[in-house]
Amino acid sequence: MPPAGGSLGLRRLINTHMEIGILALQGDFSEHHDILQSLGVSPRLVKLPRDLSGLDGLIIPGGESTTIGKLAEAFDLMTPLRQFSKEHAVWGTCAGAIFLSKDAQRSQPLLNAMDITVARNAFGRQVDSFEIRLPAPFLKDGKEKPFPAVFIRAPIITSVYGDAQVLLTLADGRIVAAQQGRLLATSFHPELTSDTRFHQYFVELATS
Amino acid sequence: MEQEVATFKVKKGLAQMLKGGVIMDVVTPEHAKIAEDAGAVAVMALERVPADIRADGGVARMSDPELILQIMDTVSIPVMAKVRIGHFVEAQILESLGVDYIDESEVLTPADESYHINKHNFKVPFVCGCRNLGEALRRIGEGAAMIRTKGEAGTGDVVEAVRHARTVLGDIRRLQSMPEEELMSFAKEIGAPLDIIKETRELGRMPVVNFAAGGIATPADAALMMQLGVDGVFVGSGIFKSGDPAKRANAIVKATTHYNDPAILAEVSRNLGEPMVGRQVTDIPEAELIATRGW
Repeated sequence: MPPAGGSLGLRRLINTHMEIGILALQGDFSEHHDILQSLGVSPRLVKLPRDLSGLDGLIIPGGESTTIGKLAEAFDLMTPLRQFSKEHAVWGTCAGAIFLSKDAQRSQPLLNAMDITVARNAFGRQVDSFEIRLPAPFLKDGKEKPFPAVFIRAPIITSVYGDAQVLLTLADGRIVAAQQGRLLATSFHPELTSDTRFHQYFVELATS
Repeated sequence: MEQEVATFKVKKGLAQMLKGGVIMDVVTPEHAKIAEDAGAVAVMALERVPADIRADGGVARMSDPELILQIMDTVSIPVMAKVRIGHFVEAQILESLGVDYIDESEVLTPADESYHINKHNFKVPFVCGCRNLGEALRRIGEGAAMIRTKGEAGTGDVVEAVRHARTVLGDIRRLQSMPEEELMSFAKEIGAPLDIIKETRELGRMPVVNFAAGGIATPADAALMMQLGVDGVFVGSGIFKSGDPAKRANAIVKATTHYNDPAILAEVSRNLGEPMVGRQVTDIPEAELIATRGW
């Protein structure tokens, strides 16, 4: 039996059509790679502008946002990535979310793609990193089965404006996920878990 | 919504975020800023780089907390610091400072010649050195959330880094091709916990991130280690003992990302100025070797 929720149909569709890129300048891109592969999507590592051609979507992984930004600048990726994010689905996890934002409250290269402001290391230092289960109604069975969210020196989204919408908050109201059309930002790392529902959600965004 | 801190997942998770990156030794806040601007994923805060520890002799200890705090205030990237092998009080002190990772390091003079720190007791994650798979898995058994191959620190000679990376990765390949009934004897042979051996065999890699360290001095050295199959690199003396640290640091960062692209490696290797003055490992008397510290 296929898993519930018609994912067999999705999988077949993905198998034949989908190729999703993962920005592979630095960070945990191989974790994203493995999850996409398990969903039947063809992942492609992106290190140079030419690697973007023909992709249906892009994931910007966790890592150090300053390192990723500097490497993107050094290898002429800023303009191609900004253009790509206007036309395709893009998802940033943690450092990736910072990189997608318009404002990180300090000077570092940003894509200025999403109408969000982020605060880096907003929960403190590494000893304050944590895991928590978050109800996520927009995911499959998301009400009954909360999503295991892993926060590592994580940013929070301090404001969401313009076309961006709040997707998830902690119990105290702090914003940890936002969406703007086909752009997605999460403070946490679905790629560090074995729960593939967030990746499925993104793949569906990329297909839409 | 129950929040859980300091789980093994978040400890090893930070190391996963550092993958594909360069962790740089820095001895002043100014160095730390240069490292961050060059694209380092983290800095290792210490009073002397390994080349100077080697040259100066004497007992090498945890750095002054004041220096570590100044460096933490200067950069936004993670800050690591070293404690002596087995010195769990130095580790308690660093944890209370809020450093992001502790390196229980053979570069400092060991405080205990039989036992390492019980790293499960700490909320802060630890990285430890290894020369082979047995040593790596013993450290993981003690709670290390990240491993680095040792190389020979402070030499600028990459030969030991290569030896240790090849040994660890070769041990894993051997483990994977082994029939199951041989696992217990293998565990005995390498002196490592059977459950972590089984996990490593299943994953085809260690269950935590593995960087290379000890002797990396050029972009080509960094790319060599990456092509051998490590997850990232530590560069100690190689940057700030060279002629143009900012430029060399930036070149090593780029080489670590594009380790498979010889044209880019050639480009970033141009005009870097003087590398650190190296010291051939084979010229070093046995008693002065650092990598042999660790049990």
